Amino acid sequence: MAKVLVFIDNPGQALKKSSLELLTIARSLGETAVAVNGALNDDVVAALGAQGATAVFRPSSEDLDAYLIGPKAAYLAGAVAASGATTVLLENSFDGKEIAARLGIKLGAGVITDVVGVEADGTAHKSVLAGSYTTTAKATTAVSVLTVKPNSVTPEPAAAAASPEVLTVDVPGSATAGAARITGRKDKPASGRPDLTEARIVVAGGRGVDGDFGPVEELADALGAAVGASRAATDAGWIGHDAQVGQTGKTVSPQLYISAGISGAIQQKAGMQTAKVIVAVNKDAESPVFEIADFGIIGDLFQVLPQATEEIKKRKG
Amino acid sequence: MKIIVLVKHVPDAQLDRHLSDEDNTTDRADSILSELDEYALEAALQLTEARGGAKAGNQVIALSMGPAGAVNAIKKSLQIGATEGVHLRDDALAGSDAAATSLALAAAVRHLGADSPVDLVLTGMASTDGETSLVPAQLAERLDLPQVTFASELEVDGGRVIARRDSDTHYDTVEATLPAVVSVTDQINEPRFPNFKGIIAAKRKTITTLTLAEIGVDPAQVGKAGSWTEVKTAAARPPRTAGTIITDEGDAGIKLVDFLAAQKLL
Ligand SMILES: Cc1cc2nc3c(=O)[nH]c(=O)nc-3n(C[C@H](O)[C@H](O)[C@H](O)COP(=O)(O)OP(=O)(O)OC[C@H]3O[C@@H](n4cnc5c(N)ncnc54)[C@H](O)[C@@H]3O)c2cc1C
Repeated sequence: MAKVLVFIDNPGQALKKSSLELLTIARSLGETAVAVNGALNDDVVAALGAQGATAVFRPSSEDLDAYLIGPKAAYLAGAVAASGATTVLLENSFDGKEIAARLGIKLGAGVITDVVGVEADGTAHKSVLAGSYTTTAKATTAVSVLTVKPNSVTPEPAAAAASPEVLTVDVPGSATAGAARITGRKDKPASGRPDLTEARIVVAGGRGVDGDFGPVEELADALGAAVGASRAATDAGWIGHDAQVGQTGKTVSPQLYISAGISGAIQQKAGMQTAKVIVAVNKDAESPVFEIADFGIIGDLFQVLPQATEEIKKRKG
Repeated sequence: MKIIVLVKHVPDAQLDRHLSDEDNTTDRADSILSELDEYALEAALQLTEARGGAKAGNQVIALSMGPAGAVNAIKKSLQIGATEGVHLRDDALAGSDAAATSLALAAAVRHLGADSPVDLVLTGMASTDGETSLVPAQLAERLDLPQVTFASELEVDGGRVIARRDSDTHYDTVEATLPAVVSVTDQINEPRFPNFKGIIAAKRKTITTLTLAEIGVDPAQVGKAGSWTEVKTAAARPPRTAGTIITDEGDAGIKLVDFLAAQKLL
């Protein structure tokens, strides 16, 4: 049976939904092993077992987080060799894609990013040119490296749990020698809302909120949604840059995207037009966002959003 | 300082973009200098201007790999302020994936560093066509250089590059020794436009064309032959069409909730 390796960087206390999705895809392709970086607690090992992982690899050095990308790719190359994997799955974050990039060169392996589905023969599905084409692509090399977008599959537990062996992979000292070092780190405050790229619902605000994200956040909380923003809103400093959706921000593909006070410039559309359902609230009937909205409201977001929030609360009792 | 800025000639994202029917490669008519590379060029100009600019011997070399039309991305870079241009052009490069592209670019960078060493290779955070962000990291791997990617602030000081990098959960300060490969985000600066003086000055700047033979790359290592991935099928997605549009008459918030309920999204 084919062997698959899933990379999970710092799994923390419990597996994230996106990790469960990677493991679900991995099992459909073959025998699954996992390479982790960072602390590994027993609950996580058990959870990986419940996901059918037969082996869990850890790096021999504990300071890979002190460096950018290169040393993690070197570690992962060692884990690929140790596991005999022919497919490697990573998350589609900026870090995930770059680790995949360097791993690909180390292994002479083709890398495919932004994957939304993988067939048994390794054919990957993705969309390109800001969602205007759907394509299938395949690595022509012995090993293929794929980064998979969140929300691509529904995570499921394995039919049979495994009790994985925990193994250490030697990371050579040379891996960190010339690498860029992380010399300072400041935590960002956590919002308590769902992660933007993984959220089922996103409520996003643009320049039209005029400095007040209150109505957007209240509607998001009523719906259990994540908060997104246009670049105009993040550039104005009304909300952090990590909320930006679009070409140079996050790409989201939720069940529902509510766009409020956003015109729908091409760079914004690039990050959200694969949402299942798009709702737009905008004062200007000519805004391009209405060309792609399933339900559009020409109106003032300061009237429409609070009214919707009240109504949702009422119906949810 | 000697800085190489990678500039790519890409289809204008404001217009409809297409893949060719024959081989699923990107149709490059109506191409422009990738907007995201303008931030890298601006960063290079700021770094060299702070050190006395071209007069003090600083070099900003705009390097583009691509077919004949790619020279337009180089010309625009020269108008904006790059001191010279290099066009890596060879029919065998057509259809290169990220791995093959990084191989050719790495060889070009080595070639350009043969007479005097390169301090920095600067790139945009992604190309606006492929959008993979793979090439800067792969270039760093191939050149065995530190990679400092997605920089939103950048400084060079005493043989070190210091950058700020934002992730979802942290703001990081990243440091590496020169030479390094650095990619920058659109948060880093406000790119300048070419002005009249720049457009006139660009006419006197040199653009060197390089072939694969000149940089010592075997044509079998690049293009479709040298790529490690293959696009098998491509289908245009039907454009999204507009749905119901209503004008708020005082109850649009309630109608919005009705719509969500009907879609089972509550
Ligand atoms: C290289 C590059 C990368 C970029 N990347 C991104 C990106 O990743 N994401 C992104 O979003 N943009 C990006 N942009 C910017 C993009 O081009 C637009 O400028 C931006 O999306 C505009 O944001 P906006 O729609 O909020 O603002 P505007 O275009 O100013 O639109 C505001 C809208 O709000 C409406 N409005 C105002 N008041 C109200 C009200 N009370 N109620 C309802 N509606 C109201 C107005 O009618 C208008 O349509 C990028 C640009 C460049 C050049």
